[in-house]
Amino acid sequence: MSNGEAFGLIKLKIPDTSLEEKTRAIVVPREGILEAARCLTGQGFDSLHNLTAVDNKDNVTLVYHFYSMKKRAGIVLKTQLLPDDLTVESVERFWRSADWLEREVYDLFGVKFLNHPNLKRILNPEEWTIHPLRKT
Amino acid sequence: MDDTSLKEDIGTEEFWVNMGPQHPSTHGVLRLELKLSGETVVDGIVHIGYLHRSMEKIAENRTYTQFIPFTDRLDYLASMNNNLAYVLAVEKLMGIEVSDRAKYIRVIMAELGRIASHLFGITTFVQDLGAFATPLFYGMREREKIVELFDDVCGQRLTYNYMRVGGVSRDLPNGADGKIKGIIKYLRPKFDDLEALFNSNPIFTARTRGVGVLTASKAVNYGVTGPNLRASGVKWDLRKDEPYLCYDKFTFDIPVGNNGDAWDRYKVRMDEMRQSLRIAEQAVLGLPEGDPTVKAGRIFRPEPGETYMRSENPRGELGFYIVSDGSPIPFRMKIRSPSFSNIAVLPDLIRGLKIADAVCVLGSLDVVMGEIDR
Repeated sequence: MSNGEAFGLIKLKIPDTSLEEKTRAIVVPREGILEAARCLTGQGFDSLHNLTAVDNKDNVTLVYHFYSMKKRAGIVLKTQLLPDDLTVESVERFWRSADWLEREVYDLFGVKFLNHPNLKRILNPEEWTIHPLRKT
Repeated sequence: MDDTSLKEDIGTEEFWVNMGPQHPSTHGVLRLELKLSGETVVDGIVHIGYLHRSMEKIAENRTYTQFIPFTDRLDYLASMNNNLAYVLAVEKLMGIEVSDRAKYIRVIMAELGRIASHLFGITTFVQDLGAFATPLFYGMREREKIVELFDDVCGQRLTYNYMRVGGVSRDLPNGADGKIKGIIKYLRPKFDDLEALFNSNPIFTARTRGVGVLTASKAVNYGVTGPNLRASGVKWDLRKDEPYLCYDKFTFDIPVGNNGDAWDRYKVRMDEMRQSLRIAEQAVLGLPEGDPTVKAGRIFRPEPGETYMRSENPRGELGFYIVSDGSPIPFRMKIRSPSFSNIAVLPDLIRGLKIADAVCVLGSLDVVMGEIDR
């Protein structure tokens, strides 16, 4: 399954979804992240391989890399957050690997993952107040 | 007094104990917080970050070439493979194709690096189980041959800084191919010796069989990769499933385990070393002529864009996510390290085991803190 096919499926559920032209990444609004996750697990994407964020100054983009070993396919999913409201639903209930990956994004970027079981800093000291990979 | 009241009187209290960050079996600076009932682990929390050197922030302040030596310090037992994974990502970002000779040299270096890393991993694991010094010294003796070769090739014994974007830093020295063939010939029977030493040891078998079973679905869900994933019976290896360099030209098998226990994780690594030897042998026999070095300048500006490239490291899939804004330094670089995901599964595996078995499970996962904390 290519990014295009998965895009079609997710677009049915979340009409605001778009496909990034250059990278072929699927961009969903942050409210749709759980719906998109449900859709991808249904399609056999059993591995959240990587999760990270990029601070573009006017927004913070979360980048999810999903893979399905059975289908031999990979998908890139993105969602954009505004700097004054860095919250998004956690996908830990679908992929356990999200537990630590989301903690890392929280630690380095300050993105708060709602309904995460244990959202604490993972690399930096707990008493820190800054998030070192933010660019502003 | 009847038996039940006696039991209540001497009941043990559950308590938390710190293991590490200076514990010898934690392979660096890992802290495990263990909730114990007597000697049984009730729960565990993994604390990481003691070796955090903010590699990803450093990457945003260095040119692409300047960051290569930093990758040496991720998984410092497999520096060659880290170098390779990083330059592959930058090459994918820029759309560069490297020469055939460079590809073959890279494959030889990566596979020998994998053997060196697995030798370290297996023998320190056995040492954790109480086989003090002897197996480790045997392993180090064989590893030394590879390290000496790397020293000849790039002048370093641990942090190689050998790969370059577009090739390698220098061609193999005169007589290196003969030396590589010699190493392959030397190592092959040594693996049999090592395996005989471990397999015939009843204590080692009893300590590892059925201990720390990781099921295939749990492994995939946790993002576990590499030998740990294959030990759980998932036949997945990027060298076969998403071939990069020239791995599709070589014949080799992917060893998998059946049970996903500590024994299988050891056995998969043992078998993988033999397969690496096969690949290295084919590569050195088919080594093409040409110039593997890079003539272009060291500073370059990739087009604005992003890429994600993952490759099969000794400990699993190492991925680099690089965002370029068109300047000579990366806008953002995320390092997806295999050990980070591999160690996250530990609390699930050690629940209900004895402390000594928790050490066994940790050793069998073969993690390196350098790439967990980055």
